[in-house]
Amino acid sequence: MTTIKTTVNTARFVLDPTSEQNPSQRQILARPSSLKGLTVGLLDISKARGDVFLDQLERRLVGVGATVKRFRKPTFTKPAPVDLRHEIAISCNVVIEALAD
Amino acid sequence: MPSVVTQSTLPDGVHVIVKRDCATCVMVAPLLTQLQSSHSITIYSQDDASFPDGAEVIHDADLSISWHNNIETVPTVIKVVNGAETERIVGWLQNEWAHTFDLPNIGDGLPAYRPGCGSLSVDPDKVDALRAKFEGSLLVSRRVEIASLEDEMEALFARGWTDGLPVVPPTQERVMRMLAGTSLAPSDIVAIAPPDLVELTVEKIAVNAVMAGCLPEYLPWVIAALKAVCTDEFNMHGVLATTMPVGPVIVCSGPGSRAIGMNSGVNVLGQGNRANMTIGRAVQLTIRNVGGGRPGEIDRAAHGMPGKLSFCFAEDEIGSPWTSLAVARGVEADTDAVTVFAGEGPRCVTDQLARTPEQLVTSLAATLLTVEHPKLPLAYDAMLVVGPEHARVFGEAGWSRERVIEELHARLQLKGTDIVRGSHGMAEGVLQKYEQLTVSKFRPNGILLVHAGGGAGLFSEIIGGWASGAVGSEPVTQLVTNVGTR
Repeated sequence: MTTIKTTVNTARFVLDPTSEQNPSQRQILARPSSLKGLTVGLLDISKARGDVFLDQLERRLVGVGATVKRFRKPTFTKPAPVDLRHEIAISCNVVIEALAD
Repeated sequence: MPSVVTQSTLPDGVHVIVKRDCATCVMVAPLLTQLQSSHSITIYSQDDASFPDGAEVIHDADLSISWHNNIETVPTVIKVVNGAETERIVGWLQNEWAHTFDLPNIGDGLPAYRPGCGSLSVDPDKVDALRAKFEGSLLVSRRVEIASLEDEMEALFARGWTDGLPVVPPTQERVMRMLAGTSLAPSDIVAIAPPDLVELTVEKIAVNAVMAGCLPEYLPWVIAALKAVCTDEFNMHGVLATTMPVGPVIVCSGPGSRAIGMNSGVNVLGQGNRANMTIGRAVQLTIRNVGGGRPGEIDRAAHGMPGKLSFCFAEDEIGSPWTSLAVARGVEADTDAVTVFAGEGPRCVTDQLARTPEQLVTSLAATLLTVEHPKLPLAYDAMLVVGPEHARVFGEAGWSRERVIEELHARLQLKGTDIVRGSHGMAEGVLQKYEQLTVSKFRPNGILLVHAGGGAGLFSEIIGGWASGAVGSEPVTQLVTNVGTR
């Protein structure tokens, strides 16, 4: 007979080893007042017809003076690869994070 | 008969703590049931709420009563009078039970003495969790949650808390266990940590000592070393900020260094000994995390050196022909102490042919001349770690520590013409005004002699220093105190 062991997902904590002069969580940057002149990344998560929506979004963004860079995840079932996240981080000023299904 | 009177958290009366999973407790169980009728004793059972049979029992299910009353053995009998504990009997001792209950023939037929069993509250599988539960509120460090999908080792890297090697996650349980290594309170401030000048608490040191991989018995040594490096004399801020490749070199002395298993022998400056590696690492992690001294920020070393991860070792005092470095620096013999020195990586002096002290000291002096640069005198100290086979040459000739240092200095008097700028085809050197003078390579107390190393090998090691004295760093010796009692 096989016993399936289930684990309870309890929270794990460690004690902060620092002087605690910095916040423990990173703060979100202030939102830009305008997108004009900024590079906006659009990530296609590879779901069907996501590109149709993003094409529309791109036209709107270009219309307000933004530059758009398009990215695509290999599959929507897995998190974006580290390299792709890194590429977005270094090449864009703004990311619009959203999911539509 | 125990006679120490301490305040008790228990009400007045006689209290007995037992567990069923203990043969001594089972043996005295019928007595306890009788004593409850005759003497109104209170019985606490750690495991089985219905033990002893027929008695009225308080089930110490969370072991809080056992914990707060420091029960290490069951059965334990505690008598409380006017709020103070006046008697404590550990295990079964017929004469003591007879005295406490005023029943000369108590336990007739039982052996006169039978030791008890370990209390569940000190069970190795439970004690860390209990300490965290009952004493964890003493800790004030921010609790940082590791996300459910986050690997905990990676999480600590990601937060910038490591020296580039993995660290042990500093959970509350581990930090509480670490704090048992010192009698100081977690909130005690032992130093002001540079470069951010942060009040350095014992708790923050313990957190970093856990991360470094220390055992609790190392903690007093870590604290002593941090006290030493955080002095104005040692100047940790400058040691960090300099572009030179130096860090705190920690030399441990005294019987405690041997008791905690430090290495003073084979591969003494190398890897492989937990105490040597983790004490030095804990000091560096504390300066990094609490003080804020990180490479590329305040730490501006052009090259650095591998010992900035950890550079800590013990003197070989037992095999030494000399007094120890600590004693030479004013510490009483057989006293635990650390000496910190702002040093660079070690280099070897090979002399396998010298059989007289004069020959050997001349070789050592010739190599010491090259510390930093052969033409730069007085600005740098040096630590000379003499191996046992070299020290034997001096010991057999009856040369004391002072004699060796004196003979080194005598061979390190430099002629101005040899060291002025431009001489011998080297631009580096001293100002022209020193040309007609003789200048000592080291200041009078600038050579620190330590005996350590493996028994085979005619070698010694030189650890060059950083800018010496008030303009740079002064070696500092600090006693190791407040060793934990639990």
